Amino acid sequence: MNPLDYLVLFGTMLGIAGYGIWRTRGQRGLSAYLKGSGTTGWRTIGLSVMATQASAITFISMPGQGYQDGLGFVQNYFGMPLALIIVAAVFLPMFRRWNVYTAYEFLGRRFDTKTRLLGAGLFLLQRGLGAGITIYAPAIILSTVFGWPLGLTIIFSGLLVIVYTVAGGNEAVSQTQKYQMMVIFGGMAAAFVVLPARLPVELTLPDALHLAGTFKKLNAVDFSPDLHRRYTFWSGLIGGLCLSLSYFGTDQSQVQRYISGASLREGRLGLMFNAVCKIPMQFLILLLGVLMFVFYQFEPPPVFFNQTSWKAAAERNGGKFHAVEQKFAAACAQKEQSLRAWLDARRVHDSAAETRALAQTLAAHQQSEAARAEARAALRDADIHAQTNDGDYVFITFILAELPHGVIGLLVAAFFAAALSSKAAELSALGSTTSVDFYRHLLKREAGEEHYVKASRWFTALWGLVALGFALFAHLQENLIQAVNIVGSVFYGVVLGMFLVAFFVKWVRGTAVFFAALLAQALVFSLYFTLNISYLWYNLIGCAACVLFSILIQAMDFKRPEEARPEP
Amino acid sequence: MKSSGTPAPPGPPEPRVDTEETGLRGLRTWRGVYLVVFGLFVLWVALLTALEKFFS
Repeated sequence: MNPLDYLVLFGTMLGIAGYGIWRTRGQRGLSAYLKGSGTTGWRTIGLSVMATQASAITFISMPGQGYQDGLGFVQNYFGMPLALIIVAAVFLPMFRRWNVYTAYEFLGRRFDTKTRLLGAGLFLLQRGLGAGITIYAPAIILSTVFGWPLGLTIIFSGLLVIVYTVAGGNEAVSQTQKYQMMVIFGGMAAAFVVLPARLPVELTLPDALHLAGTFKKLNAVDFSPDLHRRYTFWSGLIGGLCLSLSYFGTDQSQVQRYISGASLREGRLGLMFNAVCKIPMQFLILLLGVLMFVFYQFEPPPVFFNQTSWKAAAERNGGKFHAVEQKFAAACAQKEQSLRAWLDARRVHDSAAETRALAQTLAAHQQSEAARAEARAALRDADIHAQTNDGDYVFITFILAELPHGVIGLLVAAFFAAALSSKAAELSALGSTTSVDFYRHLLKREAGEEHYVKASRWFTALWGLVALGFALFAHLQENLIQAVNIVGSVFYGVVLGMFLVAFFVKWVRGTAVFFAALLAQALVFSLYFTLNISYLWYNLIGCAACVLFSILIQAMDFKRPEEARPEP
Repeated sequence: MKSSGTPAPPGPPEPRVDTEETGLRGLRTWRGVYLVVFGLFVLWVALLTALEKFFS
């Protein structure tokens, strides 16, 4: 990165944060602080919902995912449009009608206090545990590549997000997310413009796609019912529906985004914007990775994309690493030669030569992949704890090597913008849930608006510092990232079950759903420790168990019929 | 087992009343909006499937 890149990076980050603080200056009321000004339009809501979901890892790692595995990952998002339709049709009108600050406040008004606190507690537990990841994950990649001190990167980005989220509350989060998403779109668009221009002149876009198809990188939809395959249409549709419904319907970091709309219409259109745009957006990010794969068939890539780790290990074990590099370079050269022959054959429509050249290309590709496997094994031999998946480093390697200065700064700014936007929404949600569902409800019931705004600010700052602390010490135990993802899936299903009962099973009361949620959570825990299935399925199991147990417990409680709570 | 727990204190004062208007020309009901969104999802899946078939 040169001074121009740093100017773009810091100018963008500080400018957007400063705008968020300026835009929300003089904010006094609790409603304005936690829900915004009440004038938010659908475009801001739509971008805000998108920015909350898309963390920096989405933009750093997803192109690498496309590079390695092709478009198949897009199926993970197939359940999202359906989930967003359900949220817009059922969840959002209910949250607005009950005029709640948090999703869990709705549980309290529909059921009772203990059910509300259980829902809020599960949210705080799961989000609190993952609080540092959205800062730590991009910081570790960027600091590795650029040689920045990891602690300083975490502290700078962490403090920046704390300052504007604490100062401006929910409105600042929404307003900054709008511009952060524009930076992200700008950065990704720049990469899309530059990448095709870096492909060989004689390679047309259809040629590039044909080549990607030959390497099975365009296999986007797999209708196989095989449960063991990681990404299929069915797992994406069913598992994705359940996960997206939990996330968009019950996670306060998302609920806070769309209940702040000026009207029901604005909230619904903001959600529909995401239902329409998310799959094409994820497709384009993955396609970027696929086109990078094509690019690196003509330009030799590094044998291992995390060059910092590779070079450090190579310095200690020179001979072995050098031999692997040579083997890889020879396979790449052979591959490029075969591909040039394939292109020549395509130009003269010689299908026999085309087939022959492609077969040679695939053989050379197998050799280069074997060399990459040897490289990973060598890294593992040198250091048993070495991270051997280099997918996260593919896009950043391409950016640094191939993009012009200024655009590099813009893309790094896009990564930070994504990290800050999702972190800000998390902090705001953690702060508002702590202050509304616990502090105001249990500790200090009668106080003025300014007192609660002040309390919310303190809680948001506190959660920010917890996140910072977690991010600073996360490197002590790297598998924590995986653990946090699992914790999320273990809790999400039960919380969704509580909300589904609240919406659709009107005769079930608070005590039944409270004990059902505890039983369902115990069941999920016991299955987690005894079964060996993908953690995605725990969303479905927890949700189904909570709904079923609620109905059974309420049905058994026939001696004490209770009047239903009146709807507003 | 008791059928209800401690009642929650009242939330914000007035429940909100929203209109059901979409404000979209040609799509006057939300059911219509949802159908269009679902249709676009089906179209995306079809296009992705076609992309694979066309370039494989």
